[in-house]
Amino acid sequence: MRKKWDIKLEVLGGLLALLWLAPFYLMFVNSFKSKKEIFMDTISLPAEWNFDNYITAFEELDFMRTLFNSLLITIVSVVLIIVFSAMAAYALSRAKSKLSTVLFFVFVAAMLIPFQSVMIPLVTVFGQFEMLNRGGLIFMYLGFGASLSIFLYHGALNNVSRSLDEAATIDGANRWQVFWYIIFPILKPITVTVAILNIIWIWNDYLLPSLVINTPGSETIPLKMFFFFGEYTKQWHLALAGLTLAIIPVIIFYFIAQREIIKGVSDGAVK
Amino acid sequence: MRTKDLSYWLFLAPVLLALTLVVIVPMLLGVYYSFTSWNGIVTGEFVGLQNYIDLFKDERFLDSLWFTTKFSIVSVILINIIGLSLALLVTGRVRSSKLLRTTFFMPNLIGGLILGFIWQFIFIKVFASVGEIIGMESLQGWLSTTDTGFWGLVILMSWQMAGYIMVIYIAYLEGMPKELLEASEIDGASTFQRFRYIVFPLVAPAFTVSMFLTLSNSFKLYDQNLSLTGGGPYNSTEMVAMEIFKTAFTQNAFAYAQAKAVIFFVIVAIIALVQVYVNKRKEVEM
Repeated sequence: MRKKWDIKLEVLGGLLALLWLAPFYLMFVNSFKSKKEIFMDTISLPAEWNFDNYITAFEELDFMRTLFNSLLITIVSVVLIIVFSAMAAYALSRAKSKLSTVLFFVFVAAMLIPFQSVMIPLVTVFGQFEMLNRGGLIFMYLGFGASLSIFLYHGALNNVSRSLDEAATIDGANRWQVFWYIIFPILKPITVTVAILNIIWIWNDYLLPSLVINTPGSETIPLKMFFFFGEYTKQWHLALAGLTLAIIPVIIFYFIAQREIIKGVSDGAVK
Repeated sequence: MRTKDLSYWLFLAPVLLALTLVVIVPMLLGVYYSFTSWNGIVTGEFVGLQNYIDLFKDERFLDSLWFTTKFSIVSVILINIIGLSLALLVTGRVRSSKLLRTTFFMPNLIGGLILGFIWQFIFIKVFASVGEIIGMESLQGWLSTTDTGFWGLVILMSWQMAGYIMVIYIAYLEGMPKELLEASEIDGASTFQRFRYIVFPLVAPAFTVSMFLTLSNSFKLYDQNLSLTGGGPYNSTEMVAMEIFKTAFTQNAFAYAQAKAVIFFVIVAIIALVQVYVNKRKEVEM
């Protein structure tokens, strides 16, 4: 009885998994076909595995450069968010006072504001100071990403005993040293969560870069993909090859850090 | 550390500066601009509530608001049903549990823009060719009507977000005391009874979290909307976020768009505050 149930569930799960993967399958197999082949048949495997579409897409997307841009912006932004949010959360959790409570509340309340509500003045103001560039973009990511990160760090810091701070201070360490040598290493699990949540968000973000980055050659993957797709709307074979290329880095990241990613995302949502 | 220490302010300075310049100042400026005739270049004059009066007569805006609401309600229900079902499946007696989780969760990591393009291909090309083979007329012309655009968005979002919601339900299901389930099984409770009287009450908090998460994500949707339907045909699948964007950057009506953005903020904030309220009430009960 129990075993039979097992197999039914297993088969059901397997079928659902195939259904879930079907979009990726369709994208992948059609990216190797010619325009005519896609017109005739979108389901079966390609007659031959032809990489021509990929060569064109690779060049048109300026792939290595676009990939580098995405990596640069994501890594720098995430490192800054981690460093500055952890420091801020530390200050707010260690100096208990009305002021700290108010500031913490302001950071949390800022999470309520949807991007579209600040988008127009943000772009105008930064435009006036000629900050619509990658530096400005990274600074904006710090502003938008700080709230959730501070919230997560603050929660974790409340579970770190203050006697650690005191012991280190007595041994002659200053604030900076106490934080970086004693406290920050203890926060590693939450740092992983903060990093993952911000990496996923910033890597995939389209709207903000589309408003801020306007020099050719500094586009991120989603931004470049949007222009590329616009140019090749009726040429699905090229568009699909481009989409496959765009997804590959994410899939690699997922394979490497699968456990941390699922844990990070669920912690971020539940807290 | 005390609030009058220099170190306190040095630790806080970078994020305070960024939050102020990126979120707080634009938000306050935005509220101010929404009462003017600002067009991005000239500050414009003070027009009082005119923009707000106009937007409640603006059919395109009201249509987008209605479309977004319908979309959010349907998505929230579907995503939660699918997400919970997947969670029950992978926490049940299956050996491929880990592999299944990995698979169902995968779409979440990929950007909405890219997923929208992939599904555009599926709805337009694959649906059409499958429809031809099995002779189903209804699979032709997807995304070219308001209804197919609506369901296209719902399918895309359910496929993408169900795995995310699954992960949240799993966190609660796995935190459930196993002895409780085993004891009830020995006592002869049926699968349905176990779900109804033990599992359901214990995962109830997960419902609140998941409901509001999907609700606010659906309501704020932009990328998928842009890449899947682009708002078409004839702006009929345009959601609020996109409508605001187009008012601002296509029609250059900055102040007017900003008034819509303020209304958008109020709605999103209300959703979030209701969630906080519901959570607080739950805590008291427990």
